[in-house]
Amino acid sequence: MTVVLEVKNLQIAFGGVKAVDGLSFSVDAKEIIAVIGPNGAGKTSAFNCITGFYKPSSGAVLLYGQNITGKRPADIAAAGVSRTFQNLRLFPDLTVLDNVRAGMHLYGGQNWLDAILHTPRFKRSEAAYTEEAHHWLDFVGYSGARGVPIRNLSYGQQKHVEIARALARKSGLLLLDEPAAGLNYTEKRDLLDLCQRIRELGTAIVLIEHDMGLVMELSERIVVMNFGKEIADGTPAEVKANPAVIEAYLGKDDDEEVSARGDA
Amino acid sequence: MIQLIWDGLFVGSFYALIALGYSMVYGIIKLLNFAHGDIYMLGAFIGFAVLTSVGGIPASLSIGALLVVMLVSMLLTGTAGVLIERLAYRPLRGAPRLAVLITAVGVSFSLEYGISALAGPNPRAFPIRLEGNVFVLLGARISLPQIILMLIAAMLMVLLNFYVEKTSTGRAMRAISLDRNASLLMGINVNQVISRTFFIGSALAGAAGVMAGAYYGKIDFLMGFIIGLKAFTAAVIGGIGNIKGAMLGGLVLGFVEAFGAEWFGGQWRDVFAFAVLILFLTLRPTGILGQRVTERV
Amino acid sequence: MSENVDTTLAPRTTRPPASPISRLFESKQLGWIALAIALLIPLLIATPYSLNVMTTAAIFVLLASGLNIVVGYCGLLDLGYIAFMAVGAYTAGIIAKAFDLPLIFTIPAVIIMTVLAGLIIGAPTLRLRSDYLAIVTLGFGEITRITANNLSITGGPSGIFGIPGLLKIGDFDLQEPAVFYYVTVLVVAAFVLAAARLGKSRLGRAWRFVREDEDAAEAMGIHTYKVKLMAYIFGAVWGGFGGILFAAHLSAVSPQSFVFLQSALVLMAVVLGGMGNMRGVVIGALVISLLPELLRDLSTYRYLVFGLLLVVVMVFRPQGFWPARGYEPERMGDVSDRRLAKGTVR
Repeated sequence: MTVVLEVKNLQIAFGGVKAVDGLSFSVDAKEIIAVIGPNGAGKTSAFNCITGFYKPSSGAVLLYGQNITGKRPADIAAAGVSRTFQNLRLFPDLTVLDNVRAGMHLYGGQNWLDAILHTPRFKRSEAAYTEEAHHWLDFVGYSGARGVPIRNLSYGQQKHVEIARALARKSGLLLLDEPAAGLNYTEKRDLLDLCQRIRELGTAIVLIEHDMGLVMELSERIVVMNFGKEIADGTPAEVKANPAVIEAYLGKDDDEEVSARGDA
Repeated sequence: MIQLIWDGLFVGSFYALIALGYSMVYGIIKLLNFAHGDIYMLGAFIGFAVLTSVGGIPASLSIGALLVVMLVSMLLTGTAGVLIERLAYRPLRGAPRLAVLITAVGVSFSLEYGISALAGPNPRAFPIRLEGNVFVLLGARISLPQIILMLIAAMLMVLLNFYVEKTSTGRAMRAISLDRNASLLMGINVNQVISRTFFIGSALAGAAGVMAGAYYGKIDFLMGFIIGLKAFTAAVIGGIGNIKGAMLGGLVLGFVEAFGAEWFGGQWRDVFAFAVLILFLTLRPTGILGQRVTERV
Repeated sequence: MSENVDTTLAPRTTRPPASPISRLFESKQLGWIALAIALLIPLLIATPYSLNVMTTAAIFVLLASGLNIVVGYCGLLDLGYIAFMAVGAYTAGIIAKAFDLPLIFTIPAVIIMTVLAGLIIGAPTLRLRSDYLAIVTLGFGEITRITANNLSITGGPSGIFGIPGLLKIGDFDLQEPAVFYYVTVLVVAAFVLAAARLGKSRLGRAWRFVREDEDAAEAMGIHTYKVKLMAYIFGAVWGGFGGILFAAHLSAVSPQSFVFLQSALVLMAVVLGGMGNMRGVVIGALVISLLPELLRDLSTYRYLVFGLLLVVVMVFRPQGFWPARGYEPERMGDVSDRRLAKGTVR
């Protein structure tokens, strides 16, 4: 098994708040890993550190053994990481197809002179972009108009498009930030199926998710975070039995505030 | 040397007065109000209109007349600021930044060419001209009007500082600049506070316009353009959104410019000021007193 | 896996019904029709005055199409765009005059200088937030003008005059007004077409991605800074060519031609026409440059009207009078065959 991603003792602080405080985990090829934890545990901050949107205060992120810590997001994406965002970040005025084409930017295949002169190379490349965009929309099971601006779409459709866009990046690692949020039961089953099919493409997935049913069924390993710290890392069964995790989710027995989150 | 410092201080206090409006508005709604320099111009023209309608003013009364005219002008430019916010900026709150900026350019254009259409495109002579003895202090030539104008500017800034730091509206302003939605939830009348901010910022610019008219003696419809840019520079130098920063930035820019003009020649004065702006934006966009803000993804 | 995907069943969204007029406006031939009209007009009206006005308007269209790359496609507000035209015009004028060359031979130098200008202005500022960028470009525009006003190589406040024409071979002089008009129209048409094509390419899409959401664009591997710089440089080159035509048209260049008012007028053409839509921008440029000629009596109020119009358009119709079209064809042909068997991951 090749190690795709390795996160070593990642830390980031905003002012005095340590949003991520010593996170370490690794992801093998074709593995599905879930990062869970109560709201504000630092999961999304960790994603943002890995993808270069935040510069970690310390620690390292290795992709295929190559250090990508603190590089700019575009370079990290080019190195082979693609992601979705917690609150959809699509290009609202652009068409569905154009949004998916964004994931294909790194394919190249044409330059500005080709575009101005409309060379055969340009036409071939544009046709390939379009075909590929349709392919990924089909792959995620998107059913809806494709030549219309994103803002006309329903939330569920937009989620599909965002995943299609990330897949079009064709990277070995896909980070999904709460992909199941706001989906109903059937849609969650479809998502589960989709994740399996993505894995069959050879892509490893790291997902942040609150739906414990989905997490337990889907992931090989689970990383649990609380207050920026990593409190557990193991198989679903191990994590379920881990007292620290139970405490984080349900609180100690003597706690007044019992905050049961998710389906845990 | 002392002369340069004094000149810088004097010009700088003008910049500071206008920079305050820029900074306050930016601080509260993150809007770069391009039209702010033109409010300064509007202030000068309102002063002009009031004075011409009254008729001749004896030179002995000029200081008193100036103060009265200034108050009238502040009231009117303040109202103009509120109206502009209400009609042009408020409908676009939440719109893309590009749209708001373009609107601000449109407002600036409308003010400039509106005044040009009303008062004519040629420069007008301001009806009162502050005359005063020049005396020499530590080798610098200082005139009485300069001292009076600086005192007025300083007084206005002290008042503003008191207002922002000590009154409930001032506290509300600071709260909104930190988090508008939270302020709304806390029961602050956000729209009203924003209107007041525009009123105060525009009134200060209007006061500066009257003062500039009385000091330089000549006004024209484009007089706000360059000074608007300079005031923005001052606001950036001090740290935009920061009221004390705007005051400091104005003075710093005044000094820098005075020395730059001395070294490179007066015709490069504006180029030098903009170069300072670009330098600051590139190296320290938060300005001297600004705080570093991490933008959330 | 995707046999259940059937776009014919998908809800057809709120696409406006195509009236004959809007179909004409969307048609691919529209550009050629417009070009034909532009080329035929001198046959109807060819007074020196009208040729002068139309040539100026054509140059203005070129500027608007260049600014549309920066503002419309990429969403970067440039308030000193006219500075690029100044760089082009001065470079062409100075070189042509110094070596007594026809202007056409100054093109390489103009391209180099405008690219440099784009880099110098863009490199330090494009990392800034968009509103800072606007005011810095405004400052740069002023710096350029003041510099031209103060240097002796640019002729100071009176500028350069007696600039040689574009090209003269024997008796055939491109400088003859009607000929020059045709040359201008053809050059401008080529540049407008090129800009429109850029907008529909990989680079053009990247510009729009940056405009819509910089973070998401970065996450897709788009180096937003480089992409923005490209937009800036293309805009600069377009402006530089506008400068060559300008210098050839007037055979003189002076700092008064490059005041902020000019930058603002070009911006208005882009905004009123419809940011990002080249056709709208061309119409906007024609309106802004020709309307004052038709409404001479109202000249006192025209800029006031332009300013108010800018505010009104932004408040009530921010996409401009002829907005960029957000639609494209659904599917080309049947996809079912080529869906299958696609190797994907690295």
